[in-house]
Amino acid sequence: MNVANSEGYTTADGRKIGGVLMEMKNITLRFGGVKAITDISFDIREGEIRAIIGPNGAGKSSMLNVISGFYVPQEGEVWFKGYKRGPMKPYQVARLGIARTFQNIALFDGMSVLDNIMTGRLTMMKSGLLSQALWWGGAQREETEHREKVEKIIDFLEIQPIRKTPVGRLPYGLKKRVELARALAAEPKLLLLDEPMAGMNVEEKEDMSRFILDVNDEFGTTIALIEHDMGVVMDLSDRVVVMDYGKKIGDGTPDEVRNNQDVIDAYLGVAHD
Amino acid sequence: MPDQLLFAMEVTLNGLMAGVMYSLVALGFVLIFKASGIFNYAQGVLALFAALTLVGFQNGQIPFAHLINAIFGTNLHEFGWHLPAVVAIALTGAVMVLLAIIIEKFVLKHLVNQAPIILFMATIGMAYFLEGLGDIMWGADIKKLDVGLPQGISETVESVTDSLFGYGFFIDNLDIVATVVAALLVLSLTLFSQYTKYGRALRAVADDHQAALSVGISLRFIWVLVWSIAGVVALVAGIMWGSKSGVQFSLSLIALKALPVLMLGGFTSIPGAIVGGLIIGVGEKLFEFLVGPMIGGATENWFAYVLALLFLVFRPQGLFGEKIIERV
Repeated sequence: MNVANSEGYTTADGRKIGGVLMEMKNITLRFGGVKAITDISFDIREGEIRAIIGPNGAGKSSMLNVISGFYVPQEGEVWFKGYKRGPMKPYQVARLGIARTFQNIALFDGMSVLDNIMTGRLTMMKSGLLSQALWWGGAQREETEHREKVEKIIDFLEIQPIRKTPVGRLPYGLKKRVELARALAAEPKLLLLDEPMAGMNVEEKEDMSRFILDVNDEFGTTIALIEHDMGVVMDLSDRVVVMDYGKKIGDGTPDEVRNNQDVIDAYLGVAHD
Repeated sequence: MPDQLLFAMEVTLNGLMAGVMYSLVALGFVLIFKASGIFNYAQGVLALFAALTLVGFQNGQIPFAHLINAIFGTNLHEFGWHLPAVVAIALTGAVMVLLAIIIEKFVLKHLVNQAPIILFMATIGMAYFLEGLGDIMWGADIKKLDVGLPQGISETVESVTDSLFGYGFFIDNLDIVATVVAALLVLSLTLFSQYTKYGRALRAVADDHQAALSVGISLRFIWVLVWSIAGVVALVAGIMWGSKSGVQFSLSLIALKALPVLMLGGFTSIPGAIVGGLIIGVGEKLFEFLVGPMIGGATENWFAYVLALLFLVFRPQGLFGEKIIERV
């Protein structure tokens, strides 16, 4: 397969992958004197599932935070949809169409599942402050429209029974699913998942894998995910970036990465628990 | 009905009304604390500043008149017009929104991610700054505030209760108005926060900053919004307290009365602020009525604080506050 081709490529299972959606060019991120990321470049193509893997402390989460605007790299360029992205606040990045989930789950615990997912559509609601305050004109109709979209996502992720439950009361696995639902509600161009399977049992992992594949399939959403579980990553993703100590040591299809000697040394070759 | 009981009922009613006034101040605290975790020491001064500005607009006072006169040797005092109450209130509301924008731009923006104690200190600074600003802008004299609210003893209540019990209750008209206004305020705030996108965004920010950012909510916008709302609530409190006891600088001390209310109701609950205020209001009036004579009176000064102290010992999160239980 020719990944370098700017027209995209076709995956082993026959899905068409498009052009470059996001490109990271020579990203370097420092915290004081510590380099979290050193000169890393890679791209994410339209419609693909891209994984970023690496041992603990490799800088995976930092990379995700750079993509989503939570960290601003000292060096390098971030390109999205063919434009160079200036330094942006996370909420501005979100409005560009990049949604994310968090490793440690960041939901609004006091709010119901439905309200949590509705926040995902906030940036798409256009009615102004006055109209909203007086519940006037478009505000009500808009609410109904967005509510319908959200109900579809709820159906899709099979969380109908917990729609009205306050999120704080849900078990871990379901919280992860609600977080995914909230990110999906924003109809993102690029969906970032920070360890979507961390801390889950086998059954929950299988469910989550299925949802990730379905999302990609159904909505054509481009997905970039960070994951520890090697098996899961290899099954899910089209291409994989491997990081170690803040450097990129491998990039390619799961098979290519699996046979890369650097990767084996750094990650797979080491006995891990 | 025995006179003693009727009198106690009247005291209770008066206590409820006084409680509403405390709740109005506590409400402003809760709004800001919920959205940003800041204990806003300046809330009382905001009410004072709003009341001063309102009187100033109404009477056509020239802001900074003393300062201008001192520098240029002029003798300016008033524009010479009197604005209708509605216009003056709307203008003051606009000033409070402007103030919220200024506070966000010059204070909060620079203190993002700082410890709560630092933000608390910043609000103390703001309180003194605003108090001084109010003084320079509008003068330090005690002013009469009259926006046309009914004052004095309500004759309707008196005659109705008289025909029912043969004993007329003395209830201040202003207190009745304050109760209605507070109820409307709480109702509209609740509807706003439950059913609008900005309300949802506000609750989201109150819950988790990171998550709020990730769904595209601008924290700075929400802060301006919440300080504006708190400013408008302060304006309402300022109007009520100002109409009752005149606009004077001791108005800023009503913030101290709000503290026990918050201890009781919990810092994060709007219904808590209301119920807490009512309990304190009724409690201190009834305590003064029942126990006061036995221990020499003047219990209203300390009752609320002792009650708050008891709550701190036995139920620190207040009646309605959230007890944070971490899942492990």
